[in-house]
Amino acid sequence: MNNPLYQKNIISIADLSRTDLELILQTAHSLKQTPQPELLKNKVIASCFFEASTRTRLSFETAVQRLGGSIIGFDSGGNTSLAQKGETLADSVKVISSYADAFFMRHPQEGAARLASEFTEIPVINGGDGANQHPTQTLLDLFTIYETQDTLDKLNIAFVGDLKYGRTVHSLAQALSLFNCNFYFIAPDALAMPDYILEELTDKGINYSVHASIEEVVDSLDILYMTRVQKERFDETEYQHIKSAFLLNAQMLTNVRNNLKVLHPLPRIDEIHNNVDDTPYAYYFQQAQNGVYARQALLALLLTNQFQLEV
Amino acid sequence: MMQKKLQVEAIQHGSVIDHIPAQQGVKILKFFKFTQTNEKITIGLNLSTHNGKSKDLIKVENTFISDEQANQLALFAPNATINQIKDFKVVNKFPVQLPSSFIGVLACPNSNCISHNEPVKTRFYVNNKSVLKLKCHYCEKSFQRSFFTELD
Repeated sequence: MNNPLYQKNIISIADLSRTDLELILQTAHSLKQTPQPELLKNKVIASCFFEASTRTRLSFETAVQRLGGSIIGFDSGGNTSLAQKGETLADSVKVISSYADAFFMRHPQEGAARLASEFTEIPVINGGDGANQHPTQTLLDLFTIYETQDTLDKLNIAFVGDLKYGRTVHSLAQALSLFNCNFYFIAPDALAMPDYILEELTDKGINYSVHASIEEVVDSLDILYMTRVQKERFDETEYQHIKSAFLLNAQMLTNVRNNLKVLHPLPRIDEIHNNVDDTPYAYYFQQAQNGVYARQALLALLLTNQFQLEV
Repeated sequence: MMQKKLQVEAIQHGSVIDHIPAQQGVKILKFFKFTQTNEKITIGLNLSTHNGKSKDLIKVENTFISDEQANQLALFAPNATINQIKDFKVVNKFPVQLPSSFIGVLACPNSNCISHNEPVKTRFYVNNKSVLKLKCHYCEKSFQRSFFTELD
């Protein structure tokens, strides 16, 4: 089949339609079931981390290698002559992309991936641009939800922790708003979901509500998406006072739905107690592994026009 | 018949930008580099209007405002009107219209936006609900008009 994502850029989750998202998820599922170790044979992928990110880089580079592709690149901008010589990103992209078939990048400044895509003909995949977007994280989250629930439609999903600064939860909420989910937001007042996201959800007619603790809603959830409340944003007394409302332990999962899955973008500190790991609801490590399949799916679709799904 | 006295002298050929909010006239002169032309320019600042508010007004001889310039005027004077004058008569009159985007005229208020140090023109998409907001093409952040500065 011809696929609509062939040679496209993946910059912002808002650029993808519901059909695009479904194609990516089906492809990730197919590649998880049926590995394709020769698919990117003879393809060279640039993996350029102008800012270090160990987890995203290892996951992406594993994806390339599992599909039989080769990698060029660097793991931190500071180690390259680009930063030291003051070259513009535009020039760096022109040069590096002339060596490769696709360009995966992480950059500390917002808009870097969009700009890069304007200076090359090869597909650019955004691996995180400052505080803006991290679409491959969103895709692996969506894939994990789809895999565990068999659907993305009309799910009850709670987001817990730092909802103000966490680009992960912003992008995921935006993507899931295409699927009519019900959202529950649980955060300290100082880290509440920003108004502009709430306005977007209201405009799209999405149901959402704000709650003071996980226990208020946990029994009616399909997905509990945890994030870390950063201790450094509070003074010690205040942190001790609020943290119990945003920490999860196994005792809180006694009466939950059988299909509930607890997700977390990782790394976790103490917001998910270790005793949750042994419950059937813990799915955050499988979620991290799914990052490889979601990124494989993107590479397969961007670089292979006639890609056949093995479903 | 009683003759109405003009607050700013008439021009023979050129453009009149009317209904500029007070305080914005000088900014518009600077933005469009009208101060660097040799054409005759007359301006009125803080002129009285029949609704009791003040307005600024600019008349530029031998210069016709392009559609693109007219759209950019919306940044300063969303309710301005442009009159094209030939032989002291108004031959065309049109209101300023908000374009769908502004390219290369504003700096992104986000100091960490990549557009500040790369060879690209800034681009902002207009979101005109109750309050005018502009969304950066690159960093995807939205800001109200008052947060922006104009590029030189």
